[in-house]
Amino acid sequence: MSGKKRAEIKRNIAGYLFLLPWLLGFFGFTIIPMIASFYFSLTDYDMFTPPKFVGLGNYIGMISDKKVLASLSVTFRFVLMSVPLQLAAALAVALALKKNRRGVRLYRAVYYLPSLFGGSIAVAILWKKIFSQEGVLNQILAVVGIKGINWIATPSTSLYTLILLAAWQFGSSMVIFLASLKQIPTDYYEAATIDGAGKIRQFTGITLPLLTPMVFFNVVMQIINAFQSFTPAYIISNGTGAPLDSTLFYTLNLYIMGFMRLRMGYASALAWVLLVIIALFTGAIFLSAKKWVHYD
Amino acid sequence: MPKLMRNAFYHLAIILVGLFMLYPLAWMVSSSFKEAPAIFQSVKFFPDPAILTNYINGWKGLSGIGFSTFFRNSLTIVLFIIVGNIASCLLAAFAFARLKFKAQAFWFSMMLGTMMLPGHVRLIPQYIIFNKLGWINTYFPLIVPSFFATQGFFIFLMTQFMRGLPRELDEAATVDGCGPFRLFTQILVPLSTPAIVTTSIFSFIWTWNDFFSQMLYINDLRKATVALALRMYVDASGSSSWGALFAMSTLSLLPLFIMFIVFQRYLIEGITAGGIKG
Repeated sequence: MSGKKRAEIKRNIAGYLFLLPWLLGFFGFTIIPMIASFYFSLTDYDMFTPPKFVGLGNYIGMISDKKVLASLSVTFRFVLMSVPLQLAAALAVALALKKNRRGVRLYRAVYYLPSLFGGSIAVAILWKKIFSQEGVLNQILAVVGIKGINWIATPSTSLYTLILLAAWQFGSSMVIFLASLKQIPTDYYEAATIDGAGKIRQFTGITLPLLTPMVFFNVVMQIINAFQSFTPAYIISNGTGAPLDSTLFYTLNLYIMGFMRLRMGYASALAWVLLVIIALFTGAIFLSAKKWVHYD
Repeated sequence: MPKLMRNAFYHLAIILVGLFMLYPLAWMVSSSFKEAPAIFQSVKFFPDPAILTNYINGWKGLSGIGFSTFFRNSLTIVLFIIVGNIASCLLAAFAFARLKFKAQAFWFSMMLGTMMLPGHVRLIPQYIIFNKLGWINTYFPLIVPSFFATQGFFIFLMTQFMRGLPRELDEAATVDGCGPFRLFTQILVPLSTPAIVTTSIFSFIWTWNDFFSQMLYINDLRKATVALALRMYVDASGSSSWGALFAMSTLSLLPLFIMFIVFQRYLIEGITAGGIKG
């Protein structure tokens, strides 16, 4: 064996040794569970009796399952409203806090804080209390003479409290926008000013096109996150999706099916459909990217 | 409009909107110092009188188990997960960033793929495996995966960081007779401190805020985390103990706030590097 070849083998061994923990985790915690979950999705399984093969029965059953249809409607509305709201707020605030002036560092910190705390159980509980019958929102409304409702327990408003909670956490998207705004060379704007372009023209002609790669990235990540949102809906509805399934997020229904009703096969099928939905959504955004994302 | 007025208007608008954004959190903190009736009978923001009773009562916890236990449990899990993430992700990142081996690009793309994967497609088999191992009601299901580099985000973060370190280091070390293992422990790991700090902070925040997997795997009150305890506290208490609930909620957010104050720079770097929810 030549020395060169021996060195190559040594290199490969070293590479795979360092990668070993990840490889074990990749197969043990991702690939094998994924294969198993696909198999379970074709069975009836309650963890106590052996899985019973039912073919595509779980997938076919979903089409006429009222809970699944309700959860899809709730989740789609949540994603399609919370993600644009969140990103619009992030972009607007990032533009307002772009320039380095006095106090701006503190302002950025203040606007970022909700997204640091927002995922916590404490804030989910707080949200439930704010929008309850005797919560602070209704206290304030009472001052101006409006008698408020229990926003959490009313089917037509409960989902909007959760959308508001998601939009409130625009801080991390804002930080990303701020970082990419800083990278736009200032001579672009100077040249535009000399050419007589106003502020609005500069925004639509320079800032927005150069931000589109980051908008694209944020849209993809936030959509993936929003589809998997669970904790706030669980807390606000006490784990039921009440009232009238108005907060029955897809993942909450999956949890109820899998771990409350112990329909593990059905829950696995739900998980795979979620994967397909997310893949379709992100795929569509990737395809549309050619039309609106600006690369230079 | 004169410049001075425009400036004043700018600051006023930013401050007003900012106060509006923080109001929910401020309401929680101020309520935690109020007497029970005052929380929902008066719109006065500042507690009058300000009391500590809520904190004293809340700290007593649930069914004789105090919040000190829940905080200790949460911290234990967080510490193990930080160690696990750092150790396992450093190894993988070093392999991706600094070594050359067969199918490297393929494994790297697989790793990126896991970052986009909804965890639900592996949830149920994982639960079944942990159940068979007798790990339900232990911290193993929460901690063990972190020792196998299951958080792709951290590998990505560290790989990017190591790729930015000068290549000459490796060459000099190789000339001096350093193998990959010594190159890793003596040169790359010490230089990767900023990426290690960022990983620790995000591990802390995500684990501290995690609810779903803790709820799934832990059902013994003595082993409960802060998040689980707060959730049970809502159920166990009526509106008379909102004050204690808010007091413990405030305390539960305090570690995150301290993290933010101390490590702001690393936090911002982490968010911009991966654009992941913080």
